[in-house]
Amino acid sequence: MKPFLSALKTSALLTLVMGILLCALYPLAVWAGAQLFFHHKANGSLLMDADGRIRGSELIGQPFSSDRYFQPRPSAAGSGYDPMASSGSNLGPTSERLAAQIETHIRNYRSRNGLPENLPVPADAVTASGSGLDPDISTTNADLQASRIAAARSLPIEAIRALIAKHTAPPDLGVLGEPRVNVLLINRALDTIAQTQPVLRNQTIP
Amino acid sequence: MSDTSDWLQFALFLGVLTLLTKPLGLYLVRVLNPFGRTWLDRAIKPIERLTYRICGIKPETEQTCLAYTISVLAFSLVGMLLTYFILRYQNLLPLNPQGMPGLSPHLAFNTAASFTTNTNWQSYSGESTLSYFSQMVALTIHNFTSAAVGIGVAAALTRGITRKATRNIGNFWVDLVRVTYYVLLPICFVFAIVLVSQGVVQNFRPYATARTLDATIIDAPALDENGRPISDADGRPIMTKKVVDTQIIPQGPAASQIPIKLLGTNGGGFFGANAAHPYENPTPLSNFLQMLAILVIPSALTYYFGREIRNQRHGWALWTAMTLLFAAGVCTAWWAESSGNPIHQSLGVAVSDGNMEGKESRFGIFNSALFATVTTAASCGAVNAMHDSFTPVGGLVPLFNMQTGEVIYGGVGAGLYGILIFALLAVFIAGLMVGRTPEYLGKKISAFDIKMAVLVLMALSAPLLGFTAWACISAWGQAGLNNAGPHGFSEILYAYSSAIGNNGSAFAGLVANPSNGDPHYNVTLGIAMLAGRFLMIVPVLAIAGNFACKRQMPAGSGTFKTEGITFVLLLVGTILLVGALSYLPALAIGPIVEQFLMTNGKLF
Repeated sequence: MKPFLSALKTSALLTLVMGILLCALYPLAVWAGAQLFFHHKANGSLLMDADGRIRGSELIGQPFSSDRYFQPRPSAAGSGYDPMASSGSNLGPTSERLAAQIETHIRNYRSRNGLPENLPVPADAVTASGSGLDPDISTTNADLQASRIAAARSLPIEAIRALIAKHTAPPDLGVLGEPRVNVLLINRALDTIAQTQPVLRNQTIP
Repeated sequence: MSDTSDWLQFALFLGVLTLLTKPLGLYLVRVLNPFGRTWLDRAIKPIERLTYRICGIKPETEQTCLAYTISVLAFSLVGMLLTYFILRYQNLLPLNPQGMPGLSPHLAFNTAASFTTNTNWQSYSGESTLSYFSQMVALTIHNFTSAAVGIGVAAALTRGITRKATRNIGNFWVDLVRVTYYVLLPICFVFAIVLVSQGVVQNFRPYATARTLDATIIDAPALDENGRPISDADGRPIMTKKVVDTQIIPQGPAASQIPIKLLGTNGGGFFGANAAHPYENPTPLSNFLQMLAILVIPSALTYYFGREIRNQRHGWALWTAMTLLFAAGVCTAWWAESSGNPIHQSLGVAVSDGNMEGKESRFGIFNSALFATVTTAASCGAVNAMHDSFTPVGGLVPLFNMQTGEVIYGGVGAGLYGILIFALLAVFIAGLMVGRTPEYLGKKISAFDIKMAVLVLMALSAPLLGFTAWACISAWGQAGLNNAGPHGFSEILYAYSSAIGNNGSAFAGLVANPSNGDPHYNVTLGIAMLAGRFLMIVPVLAIAGNFACKRQMPAGSGTFKTEGITFVLLLVGTILLVGALSYLPALAIGPIVEQFLMTNGKLF
């Protein structure tokens, strides 16, 4: 019994010492370094408008419903892209509910973008991400939305395609991960084009 | 999966992991020697000495196997009680601006067991349950110390195997302090800053409220003036259209917690979605580094072991067996996920895109399959994609990894002592086959050693299968399911495999902490986690003590060589056979049957 009691005493003291070091000093040191060298990123990569209001974060996806914007992926986070309820659907491969959801998403995606009934739809456009906050879509998904956005904004489709190319992030270090388009950033860029280049010519949905 | 860039990523990952194994292994040799010198001595030695003085630790004295075990258990007990009481009474403690109430006894028990045992299973959702104080103190301390305990136990077993005719296997307190101060803390600090450079948050600011670019309209339950949902005559909630034009974005000191979550193979996320959350794992580069951090210490420990036993080829043989199993797991999960779900493909999803449900665009199929294999090969449990939504075979790989006792690199320390148990068994089986008293690294294996090794395996499989069976036939077990059919069974099987294996990942649809307060899942999972940790550590330390007393004898002509391809294959075979024999029936009625049903388009 005595060795156990003495071990308990050492444990309590060591827990105290390590608690101060690991739970207070270490996070504060990281905080200081992060704020010093990467102020913007350490504070959430927030995007501001000209009035200084927060409009979102580069890293956190937002819901978009208007035809004038690129649509993000479906989201299972709360009512959609709610960072307070970050989550995937957690529905399994043989889930009836998941199959029904995907079927609805496919139908809506095709009709909204004027795509033929037999055209395969990019998987990311009709499935929910793991976090429900995925900021990106695939380049194929972006390309298929281009003509709809061009029509809704009365912009030439080339302008939209150029914007997609400009906003396509390549794999990190040329090899890691997938090429992708950040939906919030490209949609912000769309709004600035609309301001600088008023209506050039009208286009109709093909 | 023919994509060359994916193969390139796989090669890059394995290449970097291999390159880091030797240098970090050599560094561990120095750290796990109480008098070893490192290049960090100038900065850290004074803090180490001060810690010893405050706590009354005598670094020059060593402990017997019994004393070492008592220290491990006492330290874990103190940490677990501390966490339990902080969680129970967090409402009385500081740093609780949201006014979170104390946790229920069973949730506090489950969480305290979870973090003490290096599991980091999370029955709760952090943002809505825990105060900052609970997150920063009650949980974070275990992320470091439970990892250091694992490495300490592995070092004690190594000393038992290498030493001759002694009773001492090192000093637990010194191992604990040195591993934390010289390995975990410095790497974590550098890694945390690198993660911030990729976009991981580290601040103490209130949650940010953003005005979104586009206002969207959603269906939301109508609320009365007290904020309660209104129901119609049939008791269904009345829905109204609601305009959403703001987004509340949580912040917090995430970057300091994430490195140790990975490096210590803990896995508990700062945010609910874990490493799938863009603030926790923002880029493919951060993802690559996080996967590397999970495996680097377990991989280096095989080199440390080889160096300590003066048989580097045996260390590499262990490593090769692990790597073979790992590569097979990655390829299986990768193939399954990139083949996708035929049910969804028949609806119109592009076949070439694979199964993207529950995966992030920036990682894609390959990095999600790789992460899932990495996190379950080690006992980490962080996830960058939702395993619940994987295809059946894609989900089988993580399940199988956990059920083999996580010896494919494995948890920090736990992986090494786990595979040494299998190595003992493999040598024992080989000895039986040739009719010779088996020996391992120059020491005769006695009946006691084999009893302890088998006890470890029994301690893992009996509660795993027993609790799973109990949950399956109980109302409380079925109430937690998010999926029906065989996938529902897989959710339960996954939960107990994860708890026993001290992994912590989940088929996250399972509700283990139901709103009606049913304690069954929390209590059984808590017991499973404690069993998986301590019914392994205690027999392992007993083997260490028993081995330390033995004499070393020179290798004879009949000695089975514990290096080279024969040994590697025998070891792989032992791991697969033990895993297959214990769990194949359970896997057959879970993911395996579901794979066939999916191919035939059956839905539940």
